[in-house]
Amino acid sequence: MFKKLSNIGDCGIVCDFGEEVNRSINTEVIKLFHHVKKQSSDGNLSGILNCTPSYNKLIINFDLNKTNSNKIIDFLKSVDFSKLNLSEDKKEWIIPICYDFEMDLENMSKVLKIDKEEIINIHLNTVFFIYMIGFVPGHPFMGDLDAKVFLNRLKTPRVNIPAGSIGIVEKFCNIYPYESPGGWNIIGKTPKKIFNSRDSTNPCLLSPGDTVKFKSISKEEFNKINNER
Amino acid sequence: MNDSFFEVLRPGINTTFQDQGRFHLQHFGVAPSGCMDYESFTIANVLVSNHKTEGVLEFAYQGPLLKLIKGQTKFAITGKVHFQIINSKNETINGECNRTYDIEEGEQIDILATNKTVYGYLAIEGGFSVSPFCNSVSTLSRANIGPNEGKKINLKNKIFFKKNRQEKNNYFINVQNKNNNLIRVLKGSQHDYFSDSSKKDFCSKNYKISSLTDRMGMRLEGTILKNVVSTNIRSEGIIKGSIQVPADGQPIVLLNDHPTIGGYPKIANVISADYDLLVQNVSGTNLLFKYIELEEAEKAFKLYSENIKETLETKSIIK
Repeated sequence: MFKKLSNIGDCGIVCDFGEEVNRSINTEVIKLFHHVKKQSSDGNLSGILNCTPSYNKLIINFDLNKTNSNKIIDFLKSVDFSKLNLSEDKKEWIIPICYDFEMDLENMSKVLKIDKEEIINIHLNTVFFIYMIGFVPGHPFMGDLDAKVFLNRLKTPRVNIPAGSIGIVEKFCNIYPYESPGGWNIIGKTPKKIFNSRDSTNPCLLSPGDTVKFKSISKEEFNKINNER
Repeated sequence: MNDSFFEVLRPGINTTFQDQGRFHLQHFGVAPSGCMDYESFTIANVLVSNHKTEGVLEFAYQGPLLKLIKGQTKFAITGKVHFQIINSKNETINGECNRTYDIEEGEQIDILATNKTVYGYLAIEGGFSVSPFCNSVSTLSRANIGPNEGKKINLKNKIFFKKNRQEKNNYFINVQNKNNNLIRVLKGSQHDYFSDSSKKDFCSKNYKISSLTDRMGMRLEGTILKNVVSTNIRSEGIIKGSIQVPADGQPIVLLNDHPTIGGYPKIANVISADYDLLVQNVSGTNLLFKYIELEEAEKAFKLYSENIKETLETKSIIK
């Protein structure tokens, strides 16, 4: 249940679920996200333009020609949280990763005083939860890694990180959907395309609330999948 | 399919296909994009008798030079734009905004510059032949999303259109002049993060639009806004018109191509009714912000929508 509702501009509402960042709070955010999306697509809630979940907030952007802040707030207040369910909407993904494409494992191993293999094992054994997707299209923020491998961002971000690169910072893991600059510690790369701007029905592979487990693949397997796509 | 097309002889600075925007995808990290100045966009489509949401070409500062290689069409340019039509004898005719013109094979449209504004629009009867992605033909060039592989229009691109001219008449619309640098805002989600004197500075001092301004954001320069709580917040969803203040104290207004989530405190949000006016202010302009309440913003939006409706109703045949 959200703790506070407030306006953001004249065409947005912030549902604030509290300050903490954890799975249970984020699960509540995502349950509401699915509910608003469903009510909107079923035609029970008009004028919704976008609905953006983040760690502890859901931001709803609406069309002032069709609705207003009071109507959205009334709707949100009427939501029965005990009846919201996440399980039917969430998917479990296995994403291939080739650790041969790492850029930082050596250095991480030194800083953390853990073997590279151990870092890889921790990563492989984590069932990641997708807190949110964004900043750029398709970019997932996934957690939670074991505290043993917590690291800060790179002091100097890289100018160019190839698409598909997988990085970690603190308890989070990400996948770079595009070639871009970035400051995450790169531990490998996936051949899987996570955002497709030509596919209108299913542009984004992952969704907030889904879970992800990684599967280690060799460079040969990587190239094979890469050539097939 | 129609094989009529323009060839791009000069692309202009930032020429892209845009419509009303692409929605229901922000949770996947896709910003809405869409036309910056909704009113000018709508007028352009209505002039050429298109559906109000048809895709158009948007340009900034300097527009494109287009040669009609094949076909005949009717077009309209809106905003405040200096443009010429060059006929096949190489004679130039000075164009007027907010009216339609017929153009024939071999003729050119030379969109020279916007006049003390940023964005202009070119619509053609029936619309351009571009394929939508997720129900929109808006270009988000930062993420290569939209027509033309998500890129800005480039030299030698061929721009196809859906059908040749059918409408016999030409039309004009009476558009009122509305330049304004006084922008009304609502308090932002983290308004209380700023010192009392900074809250006052924000709505009493000038903030100048920096040249580092594009479809993603408008950077402002002025009295530093002092954050007394925290210069970072947990990343949260962004709405266009939000005014965020990074650690350097210089505000940035987030515009249509904004990142979908962000972690800077927001001091204010531009009201929807003033958004078109805001984005048409050129770099170097001093903006002045004024706080109002939600109810007033909603009333202002009603007035804004009614004004557009009244403007569109002035559409008449040129005799």
